[in-house]
Amino acid sequence: MSQESSHGVSAPRKDPIARKDLLALDLCGEHGDDGGGGLHFVHDATRVGSAMTSATDTMVSASPRHRLPTASSWTLMIAVLVAVLALMPLGFVLWATVVTGWETAIQLIFRGRVGDLLINTVLLILLTLPVCAALAVALAWATERTDIPGARFWSWMAVAPLTVPAFVHSYAWIGLWPGLNGLGAGVAVSVVAYFPFMYLPVSAAFRLLDPALEDQAASLGLAPFAVFRRVVLPQLRLALCGGALLIGLHLLAEYGLFAMIRFDTFTTAIIDQFQSTYNGVAAYMLALVLVLCCFVLLGLEAALRGRSRYARLGSGVARRAKVARLGAWKYPLLILPLVTAAFSLGIPALTLGRWLIAGGAGIWRMEEIGLALWQTLAICLVGGLTTTAAAVPIAWLSVRRPTRASRFLEGCYYLASSMPGVVVALALVTITVRAILPLYQTVATIVLAYVVMFLPRALVSLRASIAQVPVELEQAAASLGRSPGNALWSTTVRLAAPGAAAGVALSSLGIMNELTATQMLAPNGTRTLAMAFWALTSEIDYAGAAPYALLMVVFSMPLTWLLHHQSKKIAGR
Amino acid sequence: MTLLQLTSLRKNYGSVAALDGVALSVPAGSRTAIVGPSGCGKTTLLRLVAGFDEPDGGTISFDGQVLADGTFQMPAHKRGIGIVAQDGCLFPHLTVSQNIGFGMEAGRAVKEARAAELMDMVGLDRAMLSRKPDQLSGGQQQRVALARALARKPRLMLLDEPFSALDTGLRAATRKAVTEVLTAAGITTLLVTHDQGEALAFADQVAVMRAGRFAQVGSPRDVYSRPVDATTATFLGEAIVLPATIGEGRADSPLGLLDVDDVAYRGRAAIMLRPEQISVTREGRGGVGEGAVGTIAEITFCGPTCDVRITLPDASSFRLDIPSREAFSAGDEIRIGVSGAAHVFR
Ligand SMILES: Nc1ncnc2c1ncn2[C@@H]1O[C@H](COP(=O)(O)OP(=O)(O)OP(=O)(O)O)[C@@H](O)[C@H]1O
Ligand SMILES: [Mg+2]
Repeated sequence: MSQESSHGVSAPRKDPIARKDLLALDLCGEHGDDGGGGLHFVHDATRVGSAMTSATDTMVSASPRHRLPTASSWTLMIAVLVAVLALMPLGFVLWATVVTGWETAIQLIFRGRVGDLLINTVLLILLTLPVCAALAVALAWATERTDIPGARFWSWMAVAPLTVPAFVHSYAWIGLWPGLNGLGAGVAVSVVAYFPFMYLPVSAAFRLLDPALEDQAASLGLAPFAVFRRVVLPQLRLALCGGALLIGLHLLAEYGLFAMIRFDTFTTAIIDQFQSTYNGVAAYMLALVLVLCCFVLLGLEAALRGRSRYARLGSGVARRAKVARLGAWKYPLLILPLVTAAFSLGIPALTLGRWLIAGGAGIWRMEEIGLALWQTLAICLVGGLTTTAAAVPIAWLSVRRPTRASRFLEGCYYLASSMPGVVVALALVTITVRAILPLYQTVATIVLAYVVMFLPRALVSLRASIAQVPVELEQAAASLGRSPGNALWSTTVRLAAPGAAAGVALSSLGIMNELTATQMLAPNGTRTLAMAFWALTSEIDYAGAAPYALLMVVFSMPLTWLLHHQSKKIAGR
Repeated sequence: MTLLQLTSLRKNYGSVAALDGVALSVPAGSRTAIVGPSGCGKTTLLRLVAGFDEPDGGTISFDGQVLADGTFQMPAHKRGIGIVAQDGCLFPHLTVSQNIGFGMEAGRAVKEARAAELMDMVGLDRAMLSRKPDQLSGGQQQRVALARALARKPRLMLLDEPFSALDTGLRAATRKAVTEVLTAAGITTLLVTHDQGEALAFADQVAVMRAGRFAQVGSPRDVYSRPVDATTATFLGEAIVLPATIGEGRADSPLGLLDVDDVAYRGRAAIMLRPEQISVTREGRGGVGEGAVGTIAEITFCGPTCDVRITLPDASSFRLDIPSREAFSAGDEIRIGVSGAAHVFR
């Protein structure tokens, strides 16, 4: 879809940039890096694939920095304002800690409950990530590098679980095994819900690997398995790191999935705290620990990723990778995608189908469903548009006027978006209640939360398409007598529209499946699909919840397709 | 002794025959160059020998052992054949030292010591050992790739246009250095290039390739002065091809009566002269009339030489570079002398 229309415009520059940012999209849909490091994050993605980092640098030097001082300083001001708003939740948590005072803080943090939660969280992450990584690498290898029957189909099936919101996954498992609970269940459901986040970048990285390196390694005497271990795996490292960080942040932020199977994490504990006693201070301290966990993940990822370059060195286009002939192994290997699909898609389909049939026509309470649908679409559209609009200034700056400041700002956005929804919501609730009550539970506040959480999704799409519009067009328009703003509007903005549309779509996808912050912040009387689903399952009305789950899946489908399509396009194949 | 033997090797990509019956025998310790225009199948041939692809027909045998035939294919990692690819193909995630040590089976200290030795051998500074490949120039990358392949002491080394990334000056120097290294190590080498000068300078044996076949295989001097046909002749260097009637070891041609290298042949045939066999003098100065008389139709000054087109009395014409010290101009009459025998295309 999207970028097609602006293709021919600047062919030589287009590819590296587009690849880079789109990959980043897959990797870091909604998370970031430590202060000022956001761009590194986007850069990793570059290294994941072979998209050349240098292309950005060339662009940097190619773009004139001295033009339009007023226009860019205005843009910068807006970008700074957005960054300040985005960092508000993080700032709030720190502020709350300071206000609480050391003694109380230490008392609230170093207690058994927090220890239990921490053990749960650490075990969850430590068990889920390796399983996801192994599954993603195995599936990516099978679909990209072997002649397994229906490779393309299985590749779609490996991405399709993203259409099912995480909490619908656990709803489906509970439907089959009502007693499911605890760590084992948490790991199992997390793996099926989130492994596509690793599969996407890893399979893209497989497509971008230069098979000549593998040939070379063989000529140096390495047997096939050694080649995989010493040449292929190291080059997948960045994709694996990026995917692992994304999954890790999701695990920290997820509420519905774990609440449904009664597995306690910081997020579920904060929400319990918030709903039952509104014990502010205890909730803030849990949030602080949660934020610290995020920082640990970000730091670990940055350390593991390293600084080295993984791009291909050679010139020309890499030859296509040879497909491994499986021969007799063809059918045994099919078990892998089959079993994966059975758990990640079969179970949701089975449970949903069962409830839909069991519920019959009675569960289709059209009025309520219609209202929820309408409200969801409205809030997705408003949220998506606002998020994208908020990303425009920084996207334009980072492409057209890349400076230290713009890189730092980008880093701020990524950092802010890696904060779990519950922290963002908690902060906004407290701030509005205490300081600006009229804004409490209004559309404005919830939209701000979405902007904070999903801005990077819009940013990567926008950056990619702005980078495709040659700056010369803007200059040509200016030389034809347009004012700077008008020139910008009539060239770059017009031509970047497809990227903006993708940005709106991808942030909307996030908003539609968002439950935590939405529940805490939604204006009175709002009932989105996710909220209605959650309310019904809480009343153990599993049949009644089924239509809402179905609708969420159906609306997620085109957006997931978009995500997969973009990751294919990155590899140019 | 023959180290590598190829017989009627074929490889198709879909309907394209990349290799169409290639036969070659490479003596141990020799240097063989395969030269041919872009797309003629040179890389394909090396990939088959290295074991990266399977031939569709024919056999490859190495040191008396069959590496590949219609049914059997020995995997690349068991062949012990080194290859330096067109762009070096260094592992981007490893340092130079790790790249060189990649294929060695030894302890870390041994590897590092050996890497340092190899760096000296290929003429690179040891300080580069800790760098990443992207911090090296193209030529340096290629030499590291050579060092990496040498580290395993292969008996056969395949070089795929290893000098194409270098500029002209560095190219000759690197070629010389590489030749020395390989000769010193006694490694049989198969070099692929599309630069005929490089092939002739490098090899003991040259194979001229065209559209998936070998047009001619022989010593550099042989293929240069006795090419099988006009296309081969012009591919290997400037050639003047003229029609002639041949008999008794002499040819009656537009350039007069010339000696030929084929005494047995009689009848009409094309003959070839290399430009260095031809000398021109201003007509009327030398006095005695030896050789044919021609006219300078066009002349372009190119520094040390002038590029001239000479027309002969029978209205045929040919191009030639002549030293620019003699100031000819268009329309001048010249006398054309020929030394050595002309080559006959039978
Ligand atoms: N993987 C492939 N699929 C289809 N055709 C191929 C493939 N690889 C090579 N060919 C074709 O085979 C022929 C020989 O290619 P090869 O790479 O061996 O040429 P080359 O002589 O090495 O050329 P160059 O000097 O440009 O490197 C070409 O016509 C090429 O188009
Ligand atoms: Mg080639």
